[in-house]
Amino acid sequence: MKLTVHGREAYAYTGGKPFDPALPCVVFLHGAMSDHGNFTLLARWFAHHGWAVLAPDLPGHMRSAGPALASVEAMADWLLALLDAAGVGQAALAGHSLGSLAALEAASRAPQRITRLVMLGSAVPMPVPAVLLDLGKTDVFAAIDRVVMYSFSTLAAKPSYPGPGVWLRGGARALMRQVFAHGRDPLLFHNDFAACNAYTHGLEAAASVRCPAALVLGSADQMTLPKSAAAVAEALKATVHTVPAGHFLMQECPDGVLNALRKALS
Amino acid sequence: MAGPSDPGFDTLALHAGAAPDPATGARAVPIYLTTSFVFESSEQAASLFNLERSGHVYSRISNPTNAVFEERMAALEGGLGSIATASGQAALHLAITTLAGAGSHIVASSALYGGSHNLLAYTLARYGIATTFVKPGDIDGWRAAIRPDTKLLFGETLGNPGLDVLDIPTVSTIAHDAGVPLLVDSTFTTPYLMRPFEHGADLIFHSATKFLCGHGTVVGGVLVDGGRFDWSQAPRLPELNQPYAGFHGMVFAEESSEGAFLLRARREGLRDFGACMSPHTAWLMLQGIETLPLRMARHVENTRKVVSFLVAHPMVAGVGYPELEGHPSHALAQRLLPKGAGAVFSFDLKGSRQQGVAFIEALKLFSHLANVGDCRSLVIHPASTTHFRMDDAALASAGIGPGTIRLSIGLEDAADLIEDLKHALKAAEKAV
Repeated sequence: MKLTVHGREAYAYTGGKPFDPALPCVVFLHGAMSDHGNFTLLARWFAHHGWAVLAPDLPGHMRSAGPALASVEAMADWLLALLDAAGVGQAALAGHSLGSLAALEAASRAPQRITRLVMLGSAVPMPVPAVLLDLGKTDVFAAIDRVVMYSFSTLAAKPSYPGPGVWLRGGARALMRQVFAHGRDPLLFHNDFAACNAYTHGLEAAASVRCPAALVLGSADQMTLPKSAAAVAEALKATVHTVPAGHFLMQECPDGVLNALRKALS
Repeated sequence: MAGPSDPGFDTLALHAGAAPDPATGARAVPIYLTTSFVFESSEQAASLFNLERSGHVYSRISNPTNAVFEERMAALEGGLGSIATASGQAALHLAITTLAGAGSHIVASSALYGGSHNLLAYTLARYGIATTFVKPGDIDGWRAAIRPDTKLLFGETLGNPGLDVLDIPTVSTIAHDAGVPLLVDSTFTTPYLMRPFEHGADLIFHSATKFLCGHGTVVGGVLVDGGRFDWSQAPRLPELNQPYAGFHGMVFAEESSEGAFLLRARREGLRDFGACMSPHTAWLMLQGIETLPLRMARHVENTRKVVSFLVAHPMVAGVGYPELEGHPSHALAQRLLPKGAGAVFSFDLKGSRQQGVAFIEALKLFSHLANVGDCRSLVIHPASTTHFRMDDAALASAGIGPGTIRLSIGLEDAADLIEDLKHALKAAEKAV
């Protein structure tokens, strides 16, 4: 579905069903250098189980027009404007990694509009090593490779994502390369990871969140260590679900994440 | 930034896609010889069918053993995923029919395996898919052959029968400038010798029957997607970016930016044409792939020794191997195939067809049969077998002489292979 947000075209995947704003709405927000495809299975499941689903591409990522947004705060504002554009009053937010920070910030800025908050593969704060930020400027493909190396916990995640026969590392690498090529922004990688790095007041934002919250964490996550989510879990009084996976937990453990989300959004 | 690294090729050949079986602890990949998989609940069944969950339903569409083979091949090629098929021909057919239909056009290298040439020139033409053939080295010819209805460019990494090396960087640029993908048959090179995605190819298929299996035991194929082609911005390929009536109006490029091709290939071509691989075959393929790096290195090492022997033999008029300086693809081979130009090549015996027959019949270690890529060395004399209906003039136009012999070099002791050839060459000399 195409929408106009802040005067620019935005794309949101709706889970294989026409979007109906009269239904309870859940928004899935992807992480750095990614797109809505991170949430395809979850979006389809919830869209076919009574939910109105929006899985947008952030500005400058695949189908949503750029430029990319430079801060988590700007992404949160954009997310709330997306709800306006879709005619949605209240929604549940589920974000992965960078997307989880944007969801947290949006929930703190508009607590009356957010019914549930789910942070997947998250940590607050989410510092990014300077060497990776620099690499994102000088050799984006090497930077992508680094992220892929750190994002998976196994060479054999079953049953794979979005279906059998997909080599997850290759899939993640291919998606990030496509997002980069599609956006034609040489600094997109740096932009996204710098936004994670710069968002330092997440714990303060958590204090403003009023809705029930949940964290879904990968037990073997090396990008956002589970222990680094303890403070925000406490601040949000969140339920914590842990699945056997690395940072790309939706890909490594799709059914485990679905089960956690069903509980979190129930 | 210290930390884990992407595993190397040899490690991936053993581990990619496979872990000890969680149910039994079995270390080797189990053979899931079952047609179907029990649903946990009606809800889970419905969500599997509707692509809301990942998992196995029916072994024509996917199977856990096949999935290990598919993931491993994707890992070795540097791609995102693959689909195991009943044969290499089935993989080629699946690639083409996922993108093309009646009214479509393909530009293909003229230096193809005979079965691929037949599929394009005669069989698919009957279904309205036309092909223009161009010589693999004719770069202007590739560009000129592209039409508004062209969907795909296709060639072999090492062309048949002359081992023309496909200039993948250049041909892929031509394809991408036209907004279509480049498909390559990488059977002769395997990912050990060349990883075509790194040079610009978009799709790869193999007759896995050959070097991947490596033991001459089972027939199978595999189609691999590199994940780099932007299907969402390909006006020539509405099959991937417009609604598909066969799955509730699904737009594959919206379901997955990087995986749209594989989604359609599995959900349409594999589902409807049904040319799937048996799990038992997939298991044998995995057995072969585990030793692929070791075997390919030995194949090439032996080939180089045999080529050196033949080049110097007085009964040999010429040897067609791209590592030789006189080969038309020598420079390309040095650039694209630094680890070796494969283990299949032809040479021309001086003399008549009868001398060619005498040579074949005198061989003891080389098996006379119509296959390549076995661990055992193989030989065939096209003039008396695959091309026996042609007169000498027709043979010449196909690049084959009355004394042309094709060898597929195996893993035996090179000295024994050379001794066998020496003996057979002497027999041919006497058969005047």
